[in-house]
Amino acid sequence: MSTVVEPSPGQPAALEAETLSDAVRARLRGLRGGELGSLPILLGLLVIVIVFQSLNENFLSPSNFVNLMVQMAGLTTIAMGIVFVLLLGEIDLSVGYVSGVAGVSVALLLFQDGGELPGPVGIAIALVIGAAIGFLHGMIITKVGVPSFVVTLAGLLAWNGVVLLLMAGKGTVIVQDELVIGIANSFLPEMLGWIVILGAVGLYGALQLLGLRARARAGLPTPPPVLLALRVAALAAIAVVVVWFAYENRGIPYVAVLIVLLLVCLSYVANRTRFGRHVYAIGGNQEAAQRAGINVDRVKVSVFMIAGTMAALGGIIFASRLRSVDTAAGGGDILLNSIAAAVIGGTSLFGGRGHVKSALLGALIIASIANGMGLLGLSAGAKFVVTGVVLLAAVTVDAVSRRGRASSGRA
Amino acid sequence: MADGPVLELQGVSKSFGAVQALDGVDLEVREGEVMALVGDNGAGKSTLIKCVAGIHTIDAGEIRFDGEPVQVSGPKDAAALGIEVVYQDLALCDNLDVVQNMYLGRERLGPLRRLDELAMEQTARETLKGLAVTTLKSVRQTVAGLSGGQRQSVAVAKAVMWNSRVVILDEPTAALGVAQTRQVLDLVKRLGQQGLAVVIVSHNLSDVFEVADRITVLRLGKDVATLRVADTNQQQVVEAITSDAPADRRAGIEVAPA
Ligand SMILES: Nc1ncnc2c1ncn2[C@@H]1O[C@H](COP(=O)(O)OP(=O)(O)OP(=O)(O)O)[C@@H](O)[C@H]1O
Ligand SMILES: [Mg+2]
Repeated sequence: MSTVVEPSPGQPAALEAETLSDAVRARLRGLRGGELGSLPILLGLLVIVIVFQSLNENFLSPSNFVNLMVQMAGLTTIAMGIVFVLLLGEIDLSVGYVSGVAGVSVALLLFQDGGELPGPVGIAIALVIGAAIGFLHGMIITKVGVPSFVVTLAGLLAWNGVVLLLMAGKGTVIVQDELVIGIANSFLPEMLGWIVILGAVGLYGALQLLGLRARARAGLPTPPPVLLALRVAALAAIAVVVVWFAYENRGIPYVAVLIVLLLVCLSYVANRTRFGRHVYAIGGNQEAAQRAGINVDRVKVSVFMIAGTMAALGGIIFASRLRSVDTAAGGGDILLNSIAAAVIGGTSLFGGRGHVKSALLGALIIASIANGMGLLGLSAGAKFVVTGVVLLAAVTVDAVSRRGRASSGRA
Repeated sequence: MADGPVLELQGVSKSFGAVQALDGVDLEVREGEVMALVGDNGAGKSTLIKCVAGIHTIDAGEIRFDGEPVQVSGPKDAAALGIEVVYQDLALCDNLDVVQNMYLGRERLGPLRRLDELAMEQTARETLKGLAVTTLKSVRQTVAGLSGGQRQSVAVAKAVMWNSRVVILDEPTAALGVAQTRQVLDLVKRLGQQGLAVVIVSHNLSDVFEVADRITVLRLGKDVATLRVADTNQQQVVEAITSDAPADRRAGIEVAPA
């Protein structure tokens, strides 16, 4: 969700459309040309809801909805970091175990016998560890010139080893810090929930309107205000339904607010700052970026630091949700699911195309499938097969729409 | 107009492993002058340009700007001196739109270090209009969707938007149709008239003779001749490009600068 009406890279610009019908026509032209946007994801979600709801009527219950929000939070966070790496045209295979290292660090640092560190300090240290690991990976990739695939594959092994070393002889460590536990297990009071979520939508609408007015004042073509109104109204409707539904049960967890905050901040970084612009440029044409005087190495190292930090935050969220860490921290399907989430959400594996919100949408799809199959009591095996098929479908949609773009000259 | 050349290369050499791409090349261009750089494929024209732009570091020789020796160790250095380059491969990002490409690496910022998209879009529009580039439907469409000529126009506009003193164009009309070629050639002439120093690479000698004041001929990485357009003809230039006997470099055809 970008904050203002200006177009961002990789998105069809409907800015020149002066009227609603122009805008609709431009969108349809875009669809035919392979600019699918979020359409496949929304359709996919619809199918998931219909299928699982018809198989088990608890799927669309308030309590399960609240569960889903908590379940998808860690994955979403890690996938947001992956989006930046994919935008560069690189890959990070280490994020799973980096999240493990961070989760284990937080649990050990804040373990009562291990000294009396305050919660925020423990969290900060874990985040710095994640950033430092990203820095290390980034430096090896840029200064030594080893491909990111190899460096982070080595990282996958090494950081798995570090998790095992840290947990040696401990089995399971219970998270004792109230703050850490509260991230995924405490809920906003209903009043606050409404204020925060509706306030965010209101702010979004106001910023959009300001952007529109600034364009009009500058004499630049503006999209029709109706379009803006529709978009804000749709967002508000979703927000109201989400908040209302959540408070039929436990309510909005703090981690959901954290996710919205990250979404806004990272979208700003990606689409409204010089750094973000350079990330897209490097993913689009690294040679051109270099010739434009962009410090490609520095941007790359920064992106791997973002990925490491977000992975660490995801690991803290996992530890919070489970209230404990064990030797399996950061393992399992975390890595592949977070890459799959970014790709399913519409971020291209080929660099230069995608959005931070892809992480949220993709994680929503993956978590819904896992959640629904859990309700049905299906095995992990079945879950992997279905998630694999969905990933393949998403990548196929990406490849086919690339062909569409190529044949309509938008390669 | 200053007396000396704005940009001056002396004995510039560059090799890639065993390939000696440039071998002691001299070149100079003055304010208000259009210097054409010609030579066969692989003669070293693009390499020379990339050395001036700071993309390659030179092995030997000297680059002078306003008579002062300068170190151009990156594109930022070149831009700071006022040297703008339109590359043969254009160097555009397909996934970015026209405005984003024109400002790449030099984005304007507003409050909160936020990109000032409005100012960038306005200036980009004006620049394109000033160049009579009218075929663009929108400055907010991605470059991937543009025709070859439109892409070339964007690359040229990107170079002349900054108050530069030297504009270097590597085969700027290679992908253009008749009308667009006309526009770029007129633009090149106009840049010269505005007092800029222009270096243009082209394989089309009639274009060169139309816009250039002087011609430097490169052959196998050596500058074999520098000719004044007024004193030469296409036949002579073709001979310089292809002749096999550079025994006496520039024999008989050395000319004084305008
Ligand atoms: N990055 C590089 N690495 C190795 N060799 C290179 C590199 N760039 C250029 N060369 C070599 O340097 C020589 C000069 O190439 P250059 O591109 O400058 O020629 P040119 O005059 O621009 O030719 P054209 O008219 O085809 O554009 C060629 O032999 C080329 O193979
Ligand atoms: Mg060339």
